[in-house]
Amino acid sequence: MSLGESATPLGRVRGLGSAREGGEHWLTERVTSIALLLLGVWLIASLLFLPALDQRTVLEWLHTPSAAVPMALLIIVSFRHALDGMKVVVDDYVHEPGNNFAVNLLLLFLAVGGGAIALFALARIAFGGAA
Amino acid sequence: MLVSILHRVTGAGLSIVGLAVLTWWLTALAGGSDAYATFSKAAAHPVGIVVLVGLTWAFFQHLLSGIRHLVMDTGAGYELGINKRFAILTLVGSILLTAALWIYVLEYRR
Repeated sequence: MSLGESATPLGRVRGLGSAREGGEHWLTERVTSIALLLLGVWLIASLLFLPALDQRTVLEWLHTPSAAVPMALLIIVSFRHALDGMKVVVDDYVHEPGNNFAVNLLLLFLAVGGGAIALFALARIAFGGAA
Repeated sequence: MLVSILHRVTGAGLSIVGLAVLTWWLTALAGGSDAYATFSKAAAHPVGIVVLVGLTWAFFQHLLSGIRHLVMDTGAGYELGINKRFAILTLVGSILLTAALWIYVLEYRR
């Protein structure tokens, strides 16, 4: 985030523009996008290379660390990226402060809750008994 | 303009529908054979296939226009001709990738 010449030295050190916050959110969205570029292509390629998509085959695959670890990362990063992206959309269209807070709170709960459900299911698969 | 709007629409679609499908798939996998049969049946249903094709296209479109945004974040690609060509490339690329993937899945993997 460029502050240009108008920032005071202290403001430059703190990284504060006139918006005071948002730089970190902006950067996180981009960092997670690059991670998802890799993880998303990994998931699609993996599913295409599996001999079949029946339950047994997929469970055996997710039982291996080389699949479970990227899948865990995919879950965490995709829910985070979705939350960050949806917040931008919500902030653009829901202006009234009370409504904005309520919708963003709902989004946060949905993202954290959904991510937890997906991670728990993956943990059951990865740490469970033989498929 | 269109590509910028599509970036939002596909992003929202992937966030809501895409993550719901991913979570359903994982919970069905962990939930036993009945749960997975329910998921498989829905996924193989014509409506399910339309949703999955739509999600695949949304993923590729969002990925390609995302790359375009990352390039533009560096300050490059704002010249009118280049900007428009890059935008059109994301549309053509996402359709080609989606078609290639689903022709392969439906013709060779069934």
